[in-house]
Amino acid sequence: MVNSEAAIWKRLETVVDPELPFLNVVEMGMVREVEFTGDDLVVRITPTYSGCPATDVIMNDIRSVLRATHPHARVEIVQHPAWTTDWIGPEARAKMAANGIAPPEGSSNDKSFLLGKKSVVPCPRCGSLDTQLVSAFGSTACKAHYTCKACLEPFDHFKCF
Amino acid sequence: MANSAHLNYVLRLADDAVIQGQRLSEWCGHGPILEEDIALTNLALDCIGQARALYALAAERAGAGQTEDDFAYFRDEEAFRNHLMVELPKGDFGFTLMRQFLFGAFNWLRMEHLSGQTQDPELAAIATKAVKELRYHVEHARDWVVRLGDGTEESHRRVAESLAALWPYTGELFAPDSIDEWALQAGIGPDLNALHSRWTAIVEAALTEATLDLPSSTGWMQSGGKAGRHSEHLGYLLAEMQSLARKHPGVTW
Repeated sequence: MVNSEAAIWKRLETVVDPELPFLNVVEMGMVREVEFTGDDLVVRITPTYSGCPATDVIMNDIRSVLRATHPHARVEIVQHPAWTTDWIGPEARAKMAANGIAPPEGSSNDKSFLLGKKSVVPCPRCGSLDTQLVSAFGSTACKAHYTCKACLEPFDHFKCF
Repeated sequence: MANSAHLNYVLRLADDAVIQGQRLSEWCGHGPILEEDIALTNLALDCIGQARALYALAAERAGAGQTEDDFAYFRDEEAFRNHLMVELPKGDFGFTLMRQFLFGAFNWLRMEHLSGQTQDPELAAIATKAVKELRYHVEHARDWVVRLGDGTEESHRRVAESLAALWPYTGELFAPDSIDEWALQAGIGPDLNALHSRWTAIVEAALTEATLDLPSSTGWMQSGGKAGRHSEHLGYLLAEMQSLARKHPGVTW
């Protein structure tokens, strides 16, 4: 059945995050709602970061995936509630770690950074806690760049957000 | 039709974000090391993303068929309501990071208030996203203030000079004008006096760690940005930022 919401959600699982190509936009928690209004289909997504350059690409990819059955499907952005890494499920976190990216840890409401407190990020390869922040902004806005002092491998950390 | 004080309040937030974003983007290709080049341009991207969301909200509320681009590209400097601190030239790396810290801590506190305690739900949604991003801006800038202050003789001297040069621009952040007072009364914006003491505690802790002295808050303070009276620097910044949109109105790619 092409016209069930569940079928649409299933097809949205084929749209990947261009900056994390092993994860799809449903796993990332970006797709908030699929709604049929008459013959019209609306997909509502929440961008991860305000200035994320992948947002436009993702919106286009969603329209392309739906075009065959729903040429007039609309993709809308919702700002509220704001996207949070708490919406990334355990399976997606495991995929991140398997791809060498340390998944987000801890609470996104921690305020200790105001007084210079640092969180500990375990190395996704060897599990060591002896890691060092190289740059708070890595290959994309959502990732920080770390080095493991035990296995000496550099790695990305998906920041808690 | 939005109340003009309310619209003005949203535009201030947007103008602070876009001007910061433009200044930070000047570091693209000029960072002292690759990691910082990437970091500063990522900060710029966040600021411009926040500005877009705020301008889009302002455009919708102004209700005169404007778009976010009309606010960013087709207003002159007198119409901009950003704080003077954000329009100052980028200076050296230490100056940029000291500004990021002093302004960033203020902006984080302001957005944190807007994310949870404002009576404006659409503004709250934008602030909730922004405050998550600004957290990393503050953390990054604080690290560098400490590292440069407690670094070499040269880095200490330069970052101390930046602090002295920026300090007179901190007064405007916490001096309420009629729009700030309206926002406080209407339950939209924060109490700037309360923010000031929280900000001072955050700044003082970082400066102590950086072996820098907290400057006196009783000295002469600059003001005017929030009322549209800007330094000469803003005109040059806007000339660069707006030239393409003004030469080719409506252009797309």
